[in-house]
Amino acid sequence: MSNIESTFFDIGTMDTISRQDTFVHRLDPRIKVLTTLVFIVCVVSFGKHDISALVPFLVYPLFLVVLGDLPIAYLLRKLTFAAPFAVLIGIFNPLLDREVLLQIGAVGISGGWVSFMSILLRFTMTVGAALILIATTGYHSVCMALEKMGVPQVFVVQLLFLYRYLFVLVDEASRMVRARSLRSFQGKGLGMGVFGSMAGHLLLRTTGRAQRIHLAMLCRGFEGTIRPFHPLRVRGWEVMFLLGWSVLFVMMRLYNGPRLLGTWIQGFIS
Amino acid sequence: MSHHIVEVKDLRYTYPDGTPALQGMSFRVVHGESVAIVGANGAGKSTLLLHLNGYLAPKGGEIRIGDYPLTKKTLQTVRRTVGMVFQDPDDQLFMPTVYDDVAFGPLNLGLPTAEVESRVLNALSVVDTLHLKSRPPYKLSRGEKRAVAIASVLSMSPDILVMDEPTSDLDPRARRKLIELLKTFKHTKIIATHDLDMVVDLCERTIVIYNGRVTADGPTLEIFENQAILAESHLEKPLGMQGCPVCGNSVQQFSSLK
Repeated sequence: MSNIESTFFDIGTMDTISRQDTFVHRLDPRIKVLTTLVFIVCVVSFGKHDISALVPFLVYPLFLVVLGDLPIAYLLRKLTFAAPFAVLIGIFNPLLDREVLLQIGAVGISGGWVSFMSILLRFTMTVGAALILIATTGYHSVCMALEKMGVPQVFVVQLLFLYRYLFVLVDEASRMVRARSLRSFQGKGLGMGVFGSMAGHLLLRTTGRAQRIHLAMLCRGFEGTIRPFHPLRVRGWEVMFLLGWSVLFVMMRLYNGPRLLGTWIQGFIS
Repeated sequence: MSHHIVEVKDLRYTYPDGTPALQGMSFRVVHGESVAIVGANGAGKSTLLLHLNGYLAPKGGEIRIGDYPLTKKTLQTVRRTVGMVFQDPDDQLFMPTVYDDVAFGPLNLGLPTAEVESRVLNALSVVDTLHLKSRPPYKLSRGEKRAVAIASVLSMSPDILVMDEPTSDLDPRARRKLIELLKTFKHTKIIATHDLDMVVDLCERTIVIYNGRVTADGPTLEIFENQAILAESHLEKPLGMQGCPVCGNSVQQFSSLK
């Protein structure tokens, strides 16, 4: 359990990082959300064997990491949490697709391995971009941006509350687990039955808390809408940030830069 | 200023599962009074508080807050008048930052931005937590959370403050600070608590409830001197009014006050 606890403390770290004051952090959240969206759409739209054309896209996450002063080791660690999903999706490709696509010396590399690598690369870039978005904007501001861009408020409020009470819930769950392990001996008391009853308790406590929170909101005049206080304002150069990156992404999507460079160098040498 | 009055007449409530919680409770709290509601666990304190802001609707009897009887129509006005501080500040602080949380009420009242801002800053500085304004609530200590929860109610400028166990889970210093803070408030205060020593410090009047009924209502010191009432309601004299645990001498401090 200490594992889960420390993982969640890590989310707190993310919050701290997102409150830095850099050029990237100061950008309007909507601009960052949209740019990230264009980035992700471009990256995932590549064919399954594309690798070289993907590489230039690394410039965007790197740009943000450098200018946003983000701890890259921390972000990579976060990436590895989600990595098993991507690995599972691609792990059978080398077995299913054995046609040799690429010959490096005596070693033939099959289409399966190429597509597997492509999946991993795309996973790293898309999930990385999302992490960077949160790390430079903050969860709360991302939600506010979504709301301003027309996402129904019901969903946005759900997201906000999910985030706020994740900590309380994990706290409650870890206290329960601690209490159980202190009174369990030789594996007795750690079975499914007890787990079921614990999960049930947690659910009941959660609904109880939800009622109290709702009451607290009603007491302070809540009528169904959460009014954001901080007005968001997009400045001209921020639009340029969005447009500039979007154009670059589309260009990188349409033209395979590394290949063009390769043919150019080849032409130059010969 | 009759709008600071709380009047409860023959209030009755039974929970849907059949548990009788309030069985004919009556009292009247007037402007500027500071009243403690004390009673054993399960005596009906929390149920009573839930009635004062209209979260539970009485099954019998009547509640008047200020000039209005508490009905569906007056609910909004009543909630604006009665500020409620919850026992668990985590239930009350649900917004992403302290600032947003304190601004939540005023924004819902539809106040203009400048007014919201000044109210938030004012409320935060009253409880001495201005430096926490951009922090997320889950990172605060228990005492800080409590202070912010109080600020989030103060920012709505209520006439009546209702508090559920305000000193629970606080360290002695934070508890003392809170008591000193509450002393400075001019609001009508209704405080449900087990902390009888705080009651002695803070409330000139005490209402004792037991099994959903008022068993005693009067000046705090008089009630805490009455062993019969305390025993009947599963309470004990506040520690400060008991004898010294080492030498057994009784403390003269309170008797001299009378």
